[in-house]
Amino acid sequence: MVKVAAVTGNEAVANAFRQIDPDVCAAYPITPQTDMMQRFSSFVSDGEVGTEMILVESEHSALSACIGASAAGGRVVTATCGPGLALMWEMLFIASGMRLPIVMPVVNRSLSAPLNIHCDHSDAMGARDSGWIQLWSENAQEAYDNTIQAFRIAEHLDIRLPVMVCLDGFIISHSIGRIEYLEDEEVKQFVGEYKPLNPLLDIEHPTSYGPLILPDFYMEYRRAHAEVMSKVPEVVLNVTKEFEKLSGRKYGFFENYRLNDAEIGLVILNSAAGTSKDVIDEFRERGIKAGLLKPRLYRPFPYKEIGNALKHLKAVCVLDRADAFGGSYGPLFIDILSSLYFHTKKPILINKIYGLGGRDYLPEHAELVMNELVEIAKSGKVKSVIEYIGVRE
Amino acid sequence: MAEPIRLKELAKKEDLLTSGHRMCSGCGAPIIVKMVFLVSEYPIVACSSTGCLEVSTCISDYSAWKIPWIHSAFENAAATIAGVESMYQSLKRKGKIDREIKFVTFCGDGGTYDIGFQSLSGAMERGHDMLYICYDNGAYMNTGIQRSSATPFGADTTTRPAGSVIPGKTEQRKNLTKIMAAHDIPYVAQASPSHYQDLMKKVKKALEIKGPKFLNVLSACNRGWRSSTDDAILLSRLGVETCYWPLYEVENGVTRLNYIPKEKKPLPEFLKPQGRFKHLFQPKNEWAMKRFQELVDKEWEDLLRISVTDQK
Repeated sequence: MVKVAAVTGNEAVANAFRQIDPDVCAAYPITPQTDMMQRFSSFVSDGEVGTEMILVESEHSALSACIGASAAGGRVVTATCGPGLALMWEMLFIASGMRLPIVMPVVNRSLSAPLNIHCDHSDAMGARDSGWIQLWSENAQEAYDNTIQAFRIAEHLDIRLPVMVCLDGFIISHSIGRIEYLEDEEVKQFVGEYKPLNPLLDIEHPTSYGPLILPDFYMEYRRAHAEVMSKVPEVVLNVTKEFEKLSGRKYGFFENYRLNDAEIGLVILNSAAGTSKDVIDEFRERGIKAGLLKPRLYRPFPYKEIGNALKHLKAVCVLDRADAFGGSYGPLFIDILSSLYFHTKKPILINKIYGLGGRDYLPEHAELVMNELVEIAKSGKVKSVIEYIGVRE
Repeated sequence: MAEPIRLKELAKKEDLLTSGHRMCSGCGAPIIVKMVFLVSEYPIVACSSTGCLEVSTCISDYSAWKIPWIHSAFENAAATIAGVESMYQSLKRKGKIDREIKFVTFCGDGGTYDIGFQSLSGAMERGHDMLYICYDNGAYMNTGIQRSSATPFGADTTTRPAGSVIPGKTEQRKNLTKIMAAHDIPYVAQASPSHYQDLMKKVKKALEIKGPKFLNVLSACNRGWRSSTDDAILLSRLGVETCYWPLYEVENGVTRLNYIPKEKKPLPEFLKPQGRFKHLFQPKNEWAMKRFQELVDKEWEDLLRISVTDQK
């Protein structure tokens, strides 16, 4: 039975955790993630879950404790955002290098300085090459659904890698939206029993975790990690199909919104995709063939599929909610550019940097960008490949 | 302690840290690890921070650890083992595991006094059932003998070498044992492998106590101390006999001196065989030697004042 509720993104994810009932959760409070872990802590205090909660003294220790707990042999979660994720940086690679299936919502927040607690994607973009799988979520429903699916992907015996589930700070974490919850029992069955793999707590079969590996073998381990990453897309699709059967909600590598016959298009992550889709509908009503691609599986990045989905367009704008200082373009743009490079027929690409530190992304912004795309599609001329929008110059 | 520790019996037990590891000849750390394993009556899951012991015992496909062991990084052994222990508590509560297991870390002073201090303090405050053992050799030996906050006053290190102007380390070492005792955890102690009965009794006692325990062990390093490879135990003993490294424990707030030397030896007897203190014997550094002795005397007198003792 479908249970509809009006909840914040944080509450939705906390409820996913409640339904999954992980063995250990180690977390440190940081805005705007706080409310997610507070809610989950209430579930712990009220005995609604059997989770051992470790209230650590930093995000560094949060992920360190998760690494120990996961290696010990059970289901482990944490959550963080922005500077907290930055403090975890060293441990991110250790968690993925040890192939530990930790699930971590990242409530996207900007990085200091200047200090700012609001949304942008600098945090997760900085961690995109850390060997973790990244799923991105437009709204509370997607954050909830991605969190549930994350366990199946992370714990798959061919994968065993940690997963970040990204959702926009405040915009999604703190805004109330409509969500359809699955039944507790359905979620438990979907996620299944945790299967420990070489657990530390198996005293009869002692395992050493975290050895020193020098130039003679280090590269083979990295190569193996790359190989595992290449298996992730298929697992993601299979889990997605099963999830669709359960929930009726269809997911893939990305959302293709009115893209098939489109001439101009936007590529945009997370909550701003929602705003953009409304504007795309308005352009469609005016007879302009506009569409949108919203990546969901961002690491590993499905280059082939994304390239194929965009190659027939005339002009595409990639909107980045993070800058790559000193690089030519935003991080998402560079990935989109790479996905199209090998196609002979491909759209003209432009890049806009928007919404840093929680700056509003409004329908007007999408409209301006799309008007520019209409012009580019017509004239073939680009004024500037990269530009900040919604900023005082 | 009720039962004496019989070496004859312990000698029959299997070494859980195998020979063939790559620690330097004459290093104190593996001696300490073996003593801990020998005296434990429980299965142990161990954790090490990055350091000599870690890099030398688990290289590539070879592990010297015959027990479950984890290393994750330099600054987080306490948090890592806390995670392991929490998973154990969780699975035990759910009836998925039933045996009694003990959780022990083996970390150097750099990973304990300095970069791992926050993680250690946090784990102790949260009350995990674990024994944190620091093998304190008084510098970052693994990276090449750099100064740590455990480095003794006056010592020559590669980042604070004894030069013509600066006579080595000019600061007092951090008194970590005292700081850990101030966490009001059930058990804190200092030990030395020269006094192996005392060390093993402390480990045995600690493993019987629920909650967080901290044991600081003096660990000779001939590379960093610039001493002979066969002097590890001799130097450890001199550390105790000069009261540079007092053997004591703090149990439920009560400090107990476990060993009072019949005759407190002058500090230079401990320093003389060590090249890292060679410069302190030069006339121009007489003041530094005097200062070092004063620091040792003060800690010893403070301990005598607050302690109950095992011996009269």
